[in-house]
Amino acid sequence: MATYLAPAPQIATRRAEPEPHGWASWVTTTDHKRIGILYLVTCFVFFMVGGVEALLMRSQLAVSNNTLINAEHYNQLVTMHGTTMIFLFVIPVWAGFANYMVPLMIGARDMAFPRLNALSYWLFAAGGVVFYSSVFWNPPDAGWFSYTPLSNGTYSPTAGQDTWIYLIHLTGLASAIGAINIVVTIATMRAPGMGWGRLPLFCWGVLTQAIMLIVAVPVIAAAVTMLLTDRHFHTCYFDPRCGGSPLLWQHLFWFFGHPEVYIMILPGFGVISEVLPVFARKPIFGYKAIAASTVGIAFLSVLVWAHHMFTAPIPLVVLAFFMISSMAIAVPTGVKVINWVATLWQGSILFRTPLYFACGFLVLFTLGGLSGVMLAIFPIDWQVHGSYFVVAHFHFVLVAGAVSAVMAALYYWFPKMTGRRLSEGLGKLSFWFQFVGFLVTFGIQHSLGLSGMPRRVYTYNADTGWGTDNLISTIGAFILATGVLLTVANVVRSLKHGVPAGPDPWKANTLEWFSTSPPPAHNFDVIPKITSVEPMRDLRAQIAQRPCRDGTLHTGGIRPPVSAGAVHASTTGGGEHV
Amino acid sequence: MAIALTILVVIGGLASARPAWAGVITPESGGSSNADSIAGLYLIVLIIAIVIFCAVAGALVYFLVRYRARRAPVASQIRGNTRLEIAWTTGAALILVILAGLTFSRLHGIVTPAASGDVSGAVFATVDQPPAPRGHALHIKITGRQFVWRFDYPNGAYSYEALTVPINTTVVVDIYSLDVNHSWWVPKVGGKFDAIPGYVNHTWFKITEPGVFTGQCAELCGQHHAQMIATVRAIPIAAWETWVTRQKRLIAEANADDHLARAKLDSQSGAAQVENP
Repeated sequence: MATYLAPAPQIATRRAEPEPHGWASWVTTTDHKRIGILYLVTCFVFFMVGGVEALLMRSQLAVSNNTLINAEHYNQLVTMHGTTMIFLFVIPVWAGFANYMVPLMIGARDMAFPRLNALSYWLFAAGGVVFYSSVFWNPPDAGWFSYTPLSNGTYSPTAGQDTWIYLIHLTGLASAIGAINIVVTIATMRAPGMGWGRLPLFCWGVLTQAIMLIVAVPVIAAAVTMLLTDRHFHTCYFDPRCGGSPLLWQHLFWFFGHPEVYIMILPGFGVISEVLPVFARKPIFGYKAIAASTVGIAFLSVLVWAHHMFTAPIPLVVLAFFMISSMAIAVPTGVKVINWVATLWQGSILFRTPLYFACGFLVLFTLGGLSGVMLAIFPIDWQVHGSYFVVAHFHFVLVAGAVSAVMAALYYWFPKMTGRRLSEGLGKLSFWFQFVGFLVTFGIQHSLGLSGMPRRVYTYNADTGWGTDNLISTIGAFILATGVLLTVANVVRSLKHGVPAGPDPWKANTLEWFSTSPPPAHNFDVIPKITSVEPMRDLRAQIAQRPCRDGTLHTGGIRPPVSAGAVHASTTGGGEHV
Repeated sequence: MAIALTILVVIGGLASARPAWAGVITPESGGSSNADSIAGLYLIVLIIAIVIFCAVAGALVYFLVRYRARRAPVASQIRGNTRLEIAWTTGAALILVILAGLTFSRLHGIVTPAASGDVSGAVFATVDQPPAPRGHALHIKITGRQFVWRFDYPNGAYSYEALTVPINTTVVVDIYSLDVNHSWWVPKVGGKFDAIPGYVNHTWFKITEPGVFTGQCAELCGQHHAQMIATVRAIPIAAWETWVTRQKRLIAEANADDHLARAKLDSQSGAAQVENP
C-alpha cells in the first residue's frame, strides 16, 4: 500500500502573528476565542462551587434528623445551588462554547460585535461576584424561583435577596447582549455557500437559544425589577395585603423559566447532533427534521409555562391546555432522540469519550423526557409536584442532559481549543463514574418523591422511612462528584501533557477543524466555499482525489486498508489512536 | 399483535390491582379514591413510558454493539428517510393523544368529589356555604401559616396540625394562606394544592376506613418548612360528632379562662397597660 507512505497533506491555516500574552491581554481581549475561554473557566469554577453546595445538602440529608446544617443555612444552600447552576453555569457555559465555536463553525473572523461580546462576559462575571458577595452577610434563602411573598421585604428582609435580583439583572443583560451578538453573527457572517440548510446543527441550537433568550430575558428582568420596587419603594405588584398578586410573580417567572429550560438544553442538543455523526462516521439522520424540531421546541416552549403551576388555584380548563401544550413539546423532542439513535444505525462507531457522553445523554435524557410527560399530566403532577420526583426529573434533564452535553462538548472541542487531547482513559473513567453516580443519586429520588418527601426540606424524621433512599442518593452524589473531579484532573493534566491533537483529530465534519488547534487570532487564512453541511468531509474527499507526486490517486478516504482507519488516513498526522 | 395484547392485559391487571408498591414506584394511595385514581393513571403512564424507554435504549445499545467500528468498518452514508421520520413523528403524537385521552377519561373520578356514603342524620353544611356537591359533605377551611396548618370546622371549632374527619364522608376543603405560599399535601388522600395568600384553592377527599394519614407542606415557606407537618385522622362518624362538639366546648372554656385571667390582670393596679403579647 505505497500510497499510504506518501506524506499526508495538512489542512491548516498559517499562524501569522504572535499571540498577545499576560493577564492584561485577557482582561482587554475582544477575541471571541479568549472570551469563550474566560466564560468556560469562570463557569467551571461556579460549577465546582455549586457542586460543593449540592454535596453539603446531600450530606445533611444522608441520615434522618441530621444536625450538620441548620434550617437557615440549608435554605441558603438550596437557593445558592439552584441559582449558581442555572445562571452562573449552564446558561453561560453555552455562551462560552458558542463564543468559541460559532465563528469558527461558520467561517467567520470573529463575532459580529467583539466589544459587546467582551461586555457580555464582564456583566456575567459581575453578576457572579455580586451574588457571591452575599455569602459575607446573608445569602438569599427563598429558593431559586424566589416565590413572593416569601421573597418580599417582610419575609426576606436581608440584602441577600437583593443580590439575587441584581444577579438576574446582570446575567440577564449579559445573556441578552450575547444573544443579539450570536443572532447577528450567524445571520450575516456565514462563509460563502453556507445557506441556512448547511448551517451546523450546533449553530442551529445556539441560534434558536439566542432568540429564546431575547424573548424570555426581558420578562424576568421586568419581574425582578417589580420585586425590587416592591421590596424597597412601596409598590404593590406581588403583595396580596395591598392588592398585589403572588400568582402574577409565578406567571412572569415561569414565562421566563420554562423557555429557560430549553435555553439550557438546546445548545446541548446541538452538541449531540455534532458528536454523533462524527463518531458514527456517517451524516446526521434527518438534518432537516433535527433543525426543524429545534425551532418547534423553541416555539412550543413559550406556551407551556403554567405546568409549573398545576397546583396553584387555576381553572381546570387552563390546566388542560397546559397539559396538552406540554405534551406536544415531547413530539419534536422525541423526533430528535429517535433521529439521534438512527444516526448510529449502520454506522462505523468509534468509541471515544465524546461519544460515551453523547450516548449517556441519550439514555438519561430519554428517562428525563419520559418523567417530563408524566409531570405534564396534571392529576399526576398533583401528587409529584414539589416533591423529590420533580427534583429527580429536572436533574435528569439538566445534569444528565445539559451537563452530559457540556462534557461531550468539552471532550470534543478541547483539542481544538488547546491543541492537545484529553486523556481517553481518564475520560472514560470519568464518564462511568458520572453515569453510575448520576443514576444512583437521582434514580432513587423518584421513589422518595412518590413516597411523599417534599423538596427543599432540610431534615426529616426517622419514622418517615426516607432514610435508606436518602443515604443511597448521598452515596451516589459523591460518586458523581468523583467523576466530575476526574474530568477536572484530566483537563489540568492534558493542558501540559496531553497528546498533540493536530488540526482535525476526530476527522470531523464542520469548519472549525479546518483551522489550526488552537486557531490563530484571525481564525482562517482562506475560507473554502461551502457546498454541503459537512465542509470538512468534502475537503478530505477533494484531497483524497488529488493526484500525488507519483501520479497515482490518493485513495485514502475511499478504500479501507484494514479496519476503521479508513476514513482517517488522509488528512493529518494527528494523534488518532485506533 | 400478541405482544400488544400481552401488554394490554398486563396493564389492565396492574391497574385494577391495589398496588403493593405505592410510594416506591407509584404515588402513595389507599386513603381516598382520588389518590387511588391518580396512582392507577400513573401506573398506566409508567408502563407506557417503560415500553418506550426500552425500545429507545434497546435500539441504542444494539446499534452501539452491532455497528462498532471493529465489526462494521464501513458506514452507510444515509442522510435520512422522510417516510420513517414522518412515521415516528406521527407515532409520538399518537401516543400523546392516547395519554391525554386516558387522562381526560379518568379526570372525573379525580376532580369531582364523590358522594358521601350512608351518613343519614348528619348535617354538616352551614347556611353560609355553597351547597355540597351530590349530597352531604363536610366543609373544612384549611389555613396555612408559617409554620403550622389550622383547620376550621363548620360548627366553629378549630384545630392545629391534625385534621379530624369522619369516615365515609366527602370532605370538601378550601385552602387559604395567611402569609406566604404553602402547599397542602397528604399523599394518601390525594394530590397537593397550593395555599396562596389572596386566593382560595379547593380539593376534596373521602376516607372509608379509620386511620391516620400524614403529610407536610410542599412549598418552601421559610426556615421551618420541613416542620410544617399535617395529619389527617379519620374516625367513625359518631365519634367525630362527639369530638367536634367537645373541641368546640374546650375552645370556649379556654377562651373563657383566658378572658377571666385577662380581666383579673386588668383589674390589678398598675397592670392595666399590659397587653396580651
